[in-house]
Amino acid sequence: MENILELKNITKRFPGVVANDNISLDIKAGEIHALVGENGSGKSTLMNILYGLYNADEGEIYLRGEKTRITEPKQAIDHGIGMVFQHFMLVEPLTVFENVILGSEPQKRGFIDFKGAEREVARLSKEYGLKVETKSRVEDISVGQQQRLEILKALYRKAEILILDEPTAVLTPQETDELFQVMRNLKEQGTTIIFISHKIREVMEISDRVSVLRRGKLVGTKNTSATSRPELAEMMVGREVLLEVEKEKAQRGEKIFSVSDLEVRDQRGTKRVKGVSLEIHSGEILGIAGVEGNGQQEMVEAITGLLRTEKGKIYLDGKELQNLGAMQVKKKRIGYIPEDRHKRGLILDFNVADNMILGFHTEPPFVQRFFIRNEKAIKENAEKLVEEYDVRPPNIQQQVSTFSGGNQQKIIAAREFSRKPRFLICSQPTRGLDIGSIEFIHSQIIDQRDKGAGILLVSAELDEILSLSDRIAVMYEGRIVGEMPIEEADEKKLGSLMLGGEAGEDKGGDEVEAGTK
Amino acid sequence: MKLEQSSLTSREIITPIISVILALLVGAVFILIVGENPIEAYWVLFSNSLIGVSSIAATLQRATPLIFTGLAVAFAFRCGLFNIGAEGQLYVGAMAAVIVGVSFSGIPKVIHLPMAIIAGMLAGGLWASIPGLLKAKLGVHEVINTIMMNFIAYFLTDYLVTGPFHGGRWTPETARVFPTAELSRLFPPTRLNTGIFIAIAAIILVYFILWRTRFGYEIRAVGFNPTAAEYGGISVSRNMVMAMVFSGALASLAGVEQILGVHGRFIQRFSPDLGFMGIAVALLGKNHPVGVFFAAVLFGALRTGAAAMDRLTDVPRELVVIIQALIIMFVAAEELTRRLIQRRRRA
Repeated sequence: MENILELKNITKRFPGVVANDNISLDIKAGEIHALVGENGSGKSTLMNILYGLYNADEGEIYLRGEKTRITEPKQAIDHGIGMVFQHFMLVEPLTVFENVILGSEPQKRGFIDFKGAEREVARLSKEYGLKVETKSRVEDISVGQQQRLEILKALYRKAEILILDEPTAVLTPQETDELFQVMRNLKEQGTTIIFISHKIREVMEISDRVSVLRRGKLVGTKNTSATSRPELAEMMVGREVLLEVEKEKAQRGEKIFSVSDLEVRDQRGTKRVKGVSLEIHSGEILGIAGVEGNGQQEMVEAITGLLRTEKGKIYLDGKELQNLGAMQVKKKRIGYIPEDRHKRGLILDFNVADNMILGFHTEPPFVQRFFIRNEKAIKENAEKLVEEYDVRPPNIQQQVSTFSGGNQQKIIAAREFSRKPRFLICSQPTRGLDIGSIEFIHSQIIDQRDKGAGILLVSAELDEILSLSDRIAVMYEGRIVGEMPIEEADEKKLGSLMLGGEAGEDKGGDEVEAGTK
Repeated sequence: MKLEQSSLTSREIITPIISVILALLVGAVFILIVGENPIEAYWVLFSNSLIGVSSIAATLQRATPLIFTGLAVAFAFRCGLFNIGAEGQLYVGAMAAVIVGVSFSGIPKVIHLPMAIIAGMLAGGLWASIPGLLKAKLGVHEVINTIMMNFIAYFLTDYLVTGPFHGGRWTPETARVFPTAELSRLFPPTRLNTGIFIAIAAIILVYFILWRTRFGYEIRAVGFNPTAAEYGGISVSRNMVMAMVFSGALASLAGVEQILGVHGRFIQRFSPDLGFMGIAVALLGKNHPVGVFFAAVLFGALRTGAAAMDRLTDVPRELVVIIQALIIMFVAAEELTRRLIQRRRRA
């Protein structure tokens, strides 16, 4: 196969860092080429250069053998390069096909040819197996469909090289499978795909070749069939990485936490938890598997006092906990790593020290007489935790928004674990983190378990559930549809329960389609 | 590196200063159009507002109510609320203070004056609590409600000053408050009064509350990220209401100072948009108490010098209104201002 694209000696400097350091990369026509690396390794910068959003300080781009200058996205599009960003760029009140033609509307006697455009978009959607309903409004369709719409936009503009920037970060496992199917279809039709990711498992599954970046440098390019997960992980991180979590068998203690017959409505008033009962003992991790949006978040927020419990009881050490409010729940030594760290877990505009006391700011030693803050205690607390949890940079005055995702999560973990929680809720604790940080957070969770905390782990990543849990419950449409010890669990069994049936029928597809009707 | 701290960052100090300089430069063009020498006109403007005891006193006197309204807007803003109702709150506060000021005689000043001030603060705080409650409980936007509350305040005080508390003269004003309820003049004949000390105390208090107390921590947490605040056990609605109450009490002090320290009585629609000027003061002062002080003094100086400039040169006093508007525009267009700076650095 010939090279459709060659990047030669690309260097890009930002103040203080070399984001891309002399990177040379060949992309073959018609391949799926994975670009992997930890957060901040320079993958996105490199692709933004290719798409014309940044201009390289040094280096050249050869497209189909010819030297090409790309200084703005329009040129990239004209050269048949399309890019799907992690954050979609869609106009929500418009329909799918209106979004597709936006900016390059087909005209007929001075008017937009809506009918012709819709036909063309529908044809493309069918040809590549994208399964998006062209007349639906964007705000009504699922995230997976919105992503396929972004792909459709690129194809409509005749993209031959498609860059997908961390496309699976926003998808459920089922949607990821669907995306991979689409990628295979595209490849069959001759499209070249550059797939940015930091999830090694996905890269092994879908790519033909894989290039690894680390700290702005290209570590190497491998044929996917000739490499392995541990090898890629080591290339990414620069040292050997434990992909499997090391843990002893759980020392299961007395029952500390339970919910019975819990029912919860979300903020819109829809019943999302429909009678859940659970029990968690000291020293064990109960993993809740399930496709996102099946009531897990509402259950967790009811337990933590953020949502009202409509019916049912929540007990900690035999005492009722429901509807006490978030502050009272916190005081009962319940730690909580929330699903959305930017929305719930951190105040990004506060510095590290102030974030380290969030939720404990009403308690001594952080507040003294007359509600006056104890600056010394706040500072000492932050300094101690930053060191213990290796938060980098170790500057407690620095605004949290400037930290990497991994370090932000460390700040949350440090805060929640520091008060020796009796019961701990970890909701998607490693979402969006790179391998090194995942390893760290996982070992901290196990450490809390071994110290005797009972832990409720909610995760959409089956890998994470399987490697951390001692028992696994599967949640589907607001109910627990199965529970088993870890020894009896496997991916296939859980997968079919997650889709709502023992028969294992593929309901994932239906669910996505349902949004369009 | 970005630091979150209670002091202003260098950028937060530089952009307002640059904005003021740019505004004065553009203002100079207008002075040239009038046919005067800008340097001379500005000299008259600032020498008559910043040099000499009586000039400085006059400037501080004009700054005093702006400090209060600026702090009011800044405080609410720290909780994520845009209080456009300072104008109404100061009218209601002033009226309450006047009612106490004219209704009790023969009690000592140490009791009467604080009583009048506290009555004003309570009235302003309560007045502002209404949009606060509506926002917290029903999610009604505070901008709409504070604006509407302004009109209610205008007409309510119109009624009170022409009806039940009319002072008997033919002008729409109340009777004069008893001397025991007055804020004493410091440098007669200027109208600078002890209200300036209350203003400075308020600056320190607001700073202390925001960055040194649990209440301030919660206010700022709600302002930056209400969902995370909720996660941390902080009641978003309670803090919003409390922030509005505080903001309203601060705004009302502007009215109280004008009544008990300057006019001695409530005059119908006495405020030259002090509440709305507070928004500009908070904007220029970057919602920081110390910044608010300097912004208020600058605006006070412009107003004070304007009269002299009008008298001694051909430049009309309205020029300072143009300059104020330009300052606000440049501060609001912070990005533009910053680019101008960067380009000059590169060149």
